[in-house]
Amino acid sequence: MTPGTTPPAPSLEVEGLAYAYPDGHQALFGVDLTVARGERVALLGPNGAGKTTLVLHLNGILGAGSGSSAGTVRVAGLPVGKRHLAEVRRRVGIVFQDPDDQLFMPTVREDVAFGPAAAGLRGEELDDTVRRALERVGMAEHADRPPHHLSFGQRRRVAVATVLAMEPEILVLDEPSSNLDPASRRELADVLRSLDVTVLMVTHDLPYALELCPRSVVLSGGVIAADGRTQELLCDTELMRRHRLELPFGFDPSSVTVPV
Amino acid sequence: MGSGHTHKLYRHGTSPVHGMPPHCKIAAVFGFVLVVVSTPREAFWAFGAYALLLAGVAAAARIPPGFLLKRLLVEVPFVAFALLMPFVAEGPRTEVLGVQLSVSGLWGAWNILAKGTLGVAASVLLASTTELRALLLGLQRLRMPPLLVQIASFMIRYGDVIADEMRRMRIARASRGFEARGIRHWGVLGKTAGALFIRSYERGERVHLAMVSRGYTGTMPDLHTVSATRAQWAHAAALPAAALAVCLIGWTL
Repeated sequence: MTPGTTPPAPSLEVEGLAYAYPDGHQALFGVDLTVARGERVALLGPNGAGKTTLVLHLNGILGAGSGSSAGTVRVAGLPVGKRHLAEVRRRVGIVFQDPDDQLFMPTVREDVAFGPAAAGLRGEELDDTVRRALERVGMAEHADRPPHHLSFGQRRRVAVATVLAMEPEILVLDEPSSNLDPASRRELADVLRSLDVTVLMVTHDLPYALELCPRSVVLSGGVIAADGRTQELLCDTELMRRHRLELPFGFDPSSVTVPV
Repeated sequence: MGSGHTHKLYRHGTSPVHGMPPHCKIAAVFGFVLVVVSTPREAFWAFGAYALLLAGVAAAARIPPGFLLKRLLVEVPFVAFALLMPFVAEGPRTEVLGVQLSVSGLWGAWNILAKGTLGVAASVLLASTTELRALLLGLQRLRMPPLLVQIASFMIRYGDVIADEMRRMRIARASRGFEARGIRHWGVLGKTAGALFIRSYERGERVHLAMVSRGYTGTMPDLHTVSATRAQWAHAAALPAAALAVCLIGWTL
């Protein structure tokens, strides 16, 4: 480290995170995960591995106070806890799986404005933020339409804009490619590649992870079972089988050249 | 529901009535209705004057009379009740076309019919010149409890989503050969309604999660600043003020 410059704190640091739901079901058994600033990481894992539980810890929806949890989560150095909840939720942008859950305001513009307005932005500054966020996902011309008049792919892109508008430190996407047709899938990939934010992408869609994320971690049975370059993980057939991760028919991850 | 209804009730236009701030219009309609219901029922001519006032507003809003009359049909169930009153009410009787009718019942029926029709007509005018969304903003501006405004705006947003879900469930039922024919099938419909309720409830939880994730703390951020000038208030007040004058004359005569 050169004197005088401290490297930026990692976007996300999870240490020894364990969690049991109030009904006693334990979902996480000590998760350790560090995501450096600017990285794009895929979080892979079979159904019921605890992926969603982990995601809900990242912005403090779950954690101390709801069920029993241990361990710490830090976002850009800031510990997730009651004291910094508002700031943490601004820094962690979660895009949920169903855009109809995410888009709850009558028009696209109002929806994108919701987060920044809750943070206190008003007037022209707010309008600028909304316009910029919609431009980044290519939806600026649809600002005044109601969300239910958009196609599913467009709604998913607006959902990404709603969290981009809050200038998050890290973008967390829950199954971003689900229910998208191939063209919308490619459009969303283009959008995600063009963003200069840290991305954590929860997915079953292994080719999509390979296309977008140089690094992947496998969450299985409530712990991180593997962490490495996406292509190497996908080529490890023994590891894949052990964690119920299956590639689509005819897909050979070793045959693809991925941008490093 | 939702936008579907918005389009059905609302009639797009650029008239001075359309352009008026929503909260002024709501206050004007409310004031007008109050004045109408406090008019003595014996003052027949006053109700005619009110109708003329509304016709004037409709003309200013460029709402065709046919459109207005068609929308007035929502009133029919209440009219049916009013028509019953002369037959069932007590008191002295009179004979009309050979039928014994109660005098107080006739007055009561006239009262409901005249005041109800005027109230419904005023509301129809409000709804066809103001978008649903703007109506909510207006109510918010008039200090309606924010929780109620939030509930109403979620109804607008999710009405379509839930109707769509209901449609998919109906198609799924029909695809497996189900057709509701009589009372034996009510059980299936009941279970569908239950499933729909649970799905909507769970969606509500997910929506709340998404809201909390974006900084929701119980109040919606105020995104629109609708404000009205003195002149706009004065324009909106023209209707209830004229009605009040008619009402006062009605009482003094």
